[in-house]
Amino acid sequence: MGNRAIAEHAPAAGFYEEKGRFSGLFAWIFSTDHKRIGLLYMISILILFSVGVVFGFLMRLELVSPGKTIMEPQTYNSIFTLHGVIMIFLFIIPGLPAAFGNFFLPIQIGARDVAFPRLNLLSWWLYISGVVFALLALFTGSGPPDTGWTFYAPYSTQTGTNVSLAVFAAFILGFSSILTGLNFVTTIHRLRAPGMSWFRMPLFPWSLYATGWVQLLATPIIGITLLLVIFERLFGVGVFDPLKGGDPILYQHLFWIYSHPAVYIMILPAMGVISEIIPVHAHRTIFGYRFIAYSSLAIAGLGSLVWGHHMFVSGQSYTADVVFSLLTFLVAIPSAIKVFNWVSTLYKGSIVMETPLLYALSFIFLFSIGGLSGLMQGALSVNVHIHDTAFIVGHFHYVMFGGTGFGFFGALHHWFPKMFGRMYNKTHSRIAWFFLFVGFNMLYFPMFILGWMGMPRRYYDYLPQFHTWHLMSTIGSWILISGLILMFANLIRSLRKGERVGSDPWGGSTLEWSISSPPPKENFEEIPRIDHGPYEFKGASKE
Amino acid sequence: MFESLSNIAESVNTAFFFILVISIAMLVLITFLMVFFVIKYSRKRHPTSKSIEGNKLLEVVWTVVPTLLVLGMFYFGWVGYKFMKDVPEDAMVVNATGRMWSWLFEYENGVQSDTLWVPLGRSVHVKLESQDVLHSFYVPAFKIKQDLVPGMTNYVWFTAKEPGEYELFCAEYCGQRHSYMLSKVVVLPEDEFNAWLEKEAKFVSEREPSPDADERELTEASLIRRGERLSKIKGCSACHSTDGSRMVGPTFKGIFGRSTVVVANGEEREVVVDEDYLRKATLNPEAEIVKGFQALMPPQRSLLDDEELDAIIEYLKQLK
Ligand code: HEC
Ligand SMILES: [Cu+2]
Repeated sequence: MGNRAIAEHAPAAGFYEEKGRFSGLFAWIFSTDHKRIGLLYMISILILFSVGVVFGFLMRLELVSPGKTIMEPQTYNSIFTLHGVIMIFLFIIPGLPAAFGNFFLPIQIGARDVAFPRLNLLSWWLYISGVVFALLALFTGSGPPDTGWTFYAPYSTQTGTNVSLAVFAAFILGFSSILTGLNFVTTIHRLRAPGMSWFRMPLFPWSLYATGWVQLLATPIIGITLLLVIFERLFGVGVFDPLKGGDPILYQHLFWIYSHPAVYIMILPAMGVISEIIPVHAHRTIFGYRFIAYSSLAIAGLGSLVWGHHMFVSGQSYTADVVFSLLTFLVAIPSAIKVFNWVSTLYKGSIVMETPLLYALSFIFLFSIGGLSGLMQGALSVNVHIHDTAFIVGHFHYVMFGGTGFGFFGALHHWFPKMFGRMYNKTHSRIAWFFLFVGFNMLYFPMFILGWMGMPRRYYDYLPQFHTWHLMSTIGSWILISGLILMFANLIRSLRKGERVGSDPWGGSTLEWSISSPPPKENFEEIPRIDHGPYEFKGASKE
Repeated sequence: MFESLSNIAESVNTAFFFILVISIAMLVLITFLMVFFVIKYSRKRHPTSKSIEGNKLLEVVWTVVPTLLVLGMFYFGWVGYKFMKDVPEDAMVVNATGRMWSWLFEYENGVQSDTLWVPLGRSVHVKLESQDVLHSFYVPAFKIKQDLVPGMTNYVWFTAKEPGEYELFCAEYCGQRHSYMLSKVVVLPEDEFNAWLEKEAKFVSEREPSPDADERELTEASLIRRGERLSKIKGCSACHSTDGSRMVGPTFKGIFGRSTVVVANGEEREVVVDEDYLRKATLNPEAEIVKGFQALMPPQRSLLDDEELDAIIEYLKQLK
């Protein structure tokens, strides 16, 4: 497949060659082209992801045996805080929408750019400013923050470490996220090509649409909450301080009112990616298109009403506990619907096991484990036992990394030839996948067992009965990291050395596969007219 | 892991197994279908695909069946949880305080302990309060957990089913030595427990002025022993070592008579530690901070009474 149709590949370097007002680096960091901004995001995000991985590696190394291994408790506490802040706010929340959404959303709906290209560039600059403040927080003041990424009051309002600056960084990042959401929602409403009705839109834009609304509506709440933490630290206003009539539980509500929907900001776009990858590599239309589209909206809606399930043992009211538990179980249903439809999309397909599909199917497997373990946590009595243990850490790594992370890697391998006009080494990419998949499960599955045994999370040290599983987990982290290195080495090498590909190396059906690889500036010479659904494949017989 | 060592653990295990079995079944089904389809419909075996757009009946089935299943899970979880929230009226009450980074348990007769001692087979109602930040009371063997929130009184209750010692963890992140905020629950047969409680009650009452003047004079040796126990019960040993190693606070080893640099209002001053300084540094630590340390020491003015302070100071004075 890979070396098909090279002849049609005329304007070799597509939008990369386009001369704008600036040249060199400035041609990128001041560009309003959605594709360039998408790539800017991708590079920044991947660099920060690597930093997050290093912190994760160091944590696992410390936990390889009980007692002190390589660092002091205070260092460990800062490292898990930074790992969380970087992975959540700098990698996984912007991740898919900002990198792949920017690049592919306009193309997939037949537009030349997003609705507000300058705002789009501003989002990236805000993102970078947030990164700068986060880095400053590390090296200034009295030590890097040590609160955990949740910044729970009153610890966060009392600790002597540099929390204010880190929180301010997250505040700025929030704006970047809001603007991206706003931009995408508007783009989808206003810029769909003629004939592209809502139900002729591919499912990746659908998922970005649902995500966009959540970004727009939920993010301001975290902004205000984080400002309150800063006010509390600087002026002692007392909103979260019981001695002044405040309430620490209020902080948790405000935090999770955003941060729970935020996990759907993280996972929905990945679900969108999976809905793109499977039909292309199974070479048939998606099963239950409307159900997948609507379930994105259902997840976004219901997902905004379940935040209290992070607080079953916090001391919130019993009634709240029961209601939040019920709603939590309901939000499982649209996710289950998606999984069943994806699996059915393989039925009677004509499947080629390319690397993107490997990632997509691993997504389904890992996300299912993550989701099913979520059911255990949603059940009130079981939650009491496993809350704040390694079980939770296992669970959210299965959904966030096994889900969104593998979705991201799937997207990377699926769209790499489109973005760069070259194919990576497929054998190497499969080997890298294998290491990732095995390492991942070895790293995170033991956490379920540890959690059920009673190992609390955020522990620098632990009792001897937990040693075996911690050791296994740490070895898993080494395998996983080898996989990551292999994967990135292969992709980076292929940027220059990879075999050239034509416009449609996989035989895809959505609009991005109809333009050259890499795409030309402004994507389409003439805006296409759409008269059919997104997943109609040549040669696939209709039912 | 799956024994039920408390009455609460039983219902947690039941709900967990119910969900676990369904989850495994689901996962196996999904994984099997994926692998099966990928093999059966690989392009080699199945060169032309069939574009099936969907199936209403299937959609209904895989919406309704999971809905029923998760409602069942919700129900099991709820029933167990309701049980955890309804404390029997005749339960023995223990007041627990969490503070950076130690536990204090107080019994109705005034006995204090850093370990939670409970009688076998009797319901225990633990009232939870925090002195500083969030903590969480977690006994994995009993499958109970509840956060301690400053300004609030939360609770847990349980009935232990086997004698023994069980781990007690702090499960809510609370700062530098969070992972060392450990204690134990010791379950004793009722008569042994009562004997323990009586013995401890003596420790409390010993300092109460008794009518007999001779007995009221505590000997120095017993005062030091008291001080040593109090420094554990009151949580001093969570931050101060006695072997010279540096923990969150300066070591107690050789503290009496050594010279220390303290910072007050931004000015440094050298002091020689005497009884008066120890008293001030314990009751109002925020007034002068030992150089090189953070202001993390909780003021003890409302936490120690005069006699307790005397005992602790007597103990500190002889730590060479
Ligand atoms: C949360 C940790 C913590 C706990 C618990 C704690 N301390 Fe401290 N303590 C400190 C720190 C930190 C310092 C040094 C900073 C300062 O002077 O406030 C300190 C300083 C002191 C000093 C002065 C030491 C010197 O070298 O000058 C004394 C005396 C002292 N503590 C006694 C106690 C006693 C008695 C208790 C128990 C009732 C106790 N501390 C409990 C953290 C703690
Ligand atoms: Cu604690």
